[in-house]
Amino acid sequence: MAALGRAALLLAFGLVAYALVAGSYAAWKRRRRLALSAQNALLAAFPATLLASVVLWIALARRDLTFQYVAQHTSHSLPLGYALSAFWGGQEGSLLLWLLILTGYAALAVWLNRRSRELVAWAVPVLGLVATFFAFMLAFVSSPFVTAPAPADGAGMVPSLQNPYMLAHPPMLYLGYVGLTVPYAFAMGALLSRRTDERWIVITRRWTLAAWTFLGIGQLLGAHWAYVEIGWGGYYAWDPVENAALMPWLAVTAFLHSVMIQEKRGMLKVWNMVLVALAFGLSLFGTFLTRSGVVNSVHSFSKSPIGGWFLGFIAVMVVFSVALIYLRLPLLKAKTKLESLVSREATFLYNNLLLVALCLTILWGVVYPILSQAVRGETRSVSKPYYDFFLHTFGLPLLLLMGLGPLVAWRRASLRALGKTFIVPAVAALVTGVALLALGFGSSVPGLLAYTFSAFVAAAIVLEFVRGTQARRAVAGEGWWRAFAMLVARNRRRYGGYIVHAAIVMLAIGIAGSSAYQTVREQALRPGQSMEVAGYTLTYRGLTQTQEANAQAVRATVDVTRGGSHVTTLHPGKNDYPVEQQTSNEVSIYHDPRNLGDLFTIADQVPSKPGGPFYLKVLVKPLVNLIWLAGFIFVGGSVIAMWPDAVEQRRLAAQYEPGAIVA
Amino acid sequence: MAWPLAVAALLAIGAVVWVARPFLGEPETVSDRLDEPGEAERRRLELVGDRDRALAALKELEFDHRTGKVSDGDYRAQVGPLRRRAAEALRALEPRAEAARGRISEAPQPQ
Repeated sequence: MAALGRAALLLAFGLVAYALVAGSYAAWKRRRRLALSAQNALLAAFPATLLASVVLWIALARRDLTFQYVAQHTSHSLPLGYALSAFWGGQEGSLLLWLLILTGYAALAVWLNRRSRELVAWAVPVLGLVATFFAFMLAFVSSPFVTAPAPADGAGMVPSLQNPYMLAHPPMLYLGYVGLTVPYAFAMGALLSRRTDERWIVITRRWTLAAWTFLGIGQLLGAHWAYVEIGWGGYYAWDPVENAALMPWLAVTAFLHSVMIQEKRGMLKVWNMVLVALAFGLSLFGTFLTRSGVVNSVHSFSKSPIGGWFLGFIAVMVVFSVALIYLRLPLLKAKTKLESLVSREATFLYNNLLLVALCLTILWGVVYPILSQAVRGETRSVSKPYYDFFLHTFGLPLLLLMGLGPLVAWRRASLRALGKTFIVPAVAALVTGVALLALGFGSSVPGLLAYTFSAFVAAAIVLEFVRGTQARRAVAGEGWWRAFAMLVARNRRRYGGYIVHAAIVMLAIGIAGSSAYQTVREQALRPGQSMEVAGYTLTYRGLTQTQEANAQAVRATVDVTRGGSHVTTLHPGKNDYPVEQQTSNEVSIYHDPRNLGDLFTIADQVPSKPGGPFYLKVLVKPLVNLIWLAGFIFVGGSVIAMWPDAVEQRRLAAQYEPGAIVA
Repeated sequence: MAWPLAVAALLAIGAVVWVARPFLGEPETVSDRLDEPGEAERRRLELVGDRDRALAALKELEFDHRTGKVSDGDYRAQVGPLRRRAAEALRALEPRAEAARGRISEAPQPQ
């Protein structure tokens, strides 16, 4: 079996290397059949990689411990679902997942756009280049198919990875990371072929949006995993690997806005190329951080020797991208200029500057400790206050801009028109701010500002829908519901985008509520003793021990009352994993429907002797569930924004068909 | 141990045939030149882009005016230049469209 896996990887390597070499030569010398042959090689690389992946999955399912990878990441007692998820639990499997998704995406992107021959001809070798690197790593540096005599049992899986979220969180992130290769390949293809019109943007629009959505969902799933599994009471710790996923997401968010300016005004062509290259480079950097073990992180499950290879490849891609953009600068001149600093395109520009500034400050926070260690040999860390400062400095204005942007007209807006459109959101924000201040929410200025700005944005979004529906009714004479439905259906990108904005508002409210206004208490309790936290009374009753399939579980019984009435019984505790020789915190949470918040309990210390003190940590986190609800709204808005538009498809087909009749 | 290698060999042969297909399946007489848009086609695409941008801008302006984001004065000041730009792009495209229609009508029709 392992031999089949190795052979499939070698075949995939040969095919993608051929796509790179033959594809480059064909595009350069304008050889049609050779270009088609290179495309076919890229298409064939997917089934070859899929075969290698199936071999690994079978080995994991059978716990075939002759595979070193299987022995290192599973054990006989590990449940089947987690054994299968070990595919992406280790470095070699993660690289294979990268290649599997990349060859799948590449095959689909090339097949769907096969009629845009001159662009695809150059995109194929770029996709081939990236795939060749990963196939090389898997075939020759870090193979999941290394075999050895089977040990009696495997090393098992890190306890924190034994969580249902691990079945979805890493694949989602990888679908996002890898998805950014497609817009990058077509952008570089456009530069190489000198086709710098909007064609590459049209081809990659949905790919970019899909990759961005997957990255967003992946991060939310990761945040929820951290919240329920890591057991420290938070969902985002500014961990370097968490940041690694956030940075490309921010860069793509900037790109999704600035690309609209290129489409509508023919401006920012260089900037868009830079953003696409930056997002792709950051996705490679994120994979490097996750898998190299170069940083201390909750995600550093393995140390490995692949760091040097990755750094070298990232350097090659950065030099290639910068050189290509520089060489093609004459083709990337803007057709028009910014007419006014008070216009929709200007607000997009401000949003881009803030997003990129936030992205780069986070990058510096991630890179600084690594550089400090490498250059001076000193261990430095960049902690929460640094990131919180920049999140407040750049994030709060970004939140406000999200409400301002849609209210400002394209090209230029007069003060009178601005006053008219701003009045309702401004009043909503003012009323909210004053009311919250009166209710005592002034204890946190960033929290108060986040709520006030959120009120502005929410009012602006509602106003956009209402005014748009009114305008449509006036023109088409339709009823309210039909006018609303047609408004969204005919302008999917715009209104899908507004729904995503609504999700971000929910996220901001949830983050502000659960961080700026949370209550934390910790107390040692003996059976029968109670503690008070934010209106709840928690009474510790005692401990129970149970034997689970792969762990010994200790659980406390904690009764929760409020105003004398029983609310729920919680069971925080710890799991002891004998195979992995690790202990994990198992938190217990009560979701309060009144304020969409959580009563979050952690067993900080479990008594070693019966009747000893039990250290209970309790966090009351208002509105935290809005963060997870925002995920559903985010997906809904993204799907609306990416849904194909038949009218636009026909227009584009007419525009880009060679020799098409236009009138 | 033999069957995995046999499967791998079969896959490799299949992949080679698939990759070589463009050379095996086409007669020699078909041109091997990869299509590249000529200067005229590039110019057409540029004009189509200009036209689409101007028409989209007009549509946006109308919508922004109806929803109150653009005042009457701003609307009057902007609508004229945008209409002119759209008309210019359409006029520049018209001879190309005529030529394309001509090419189609001159082409042999199926019996």
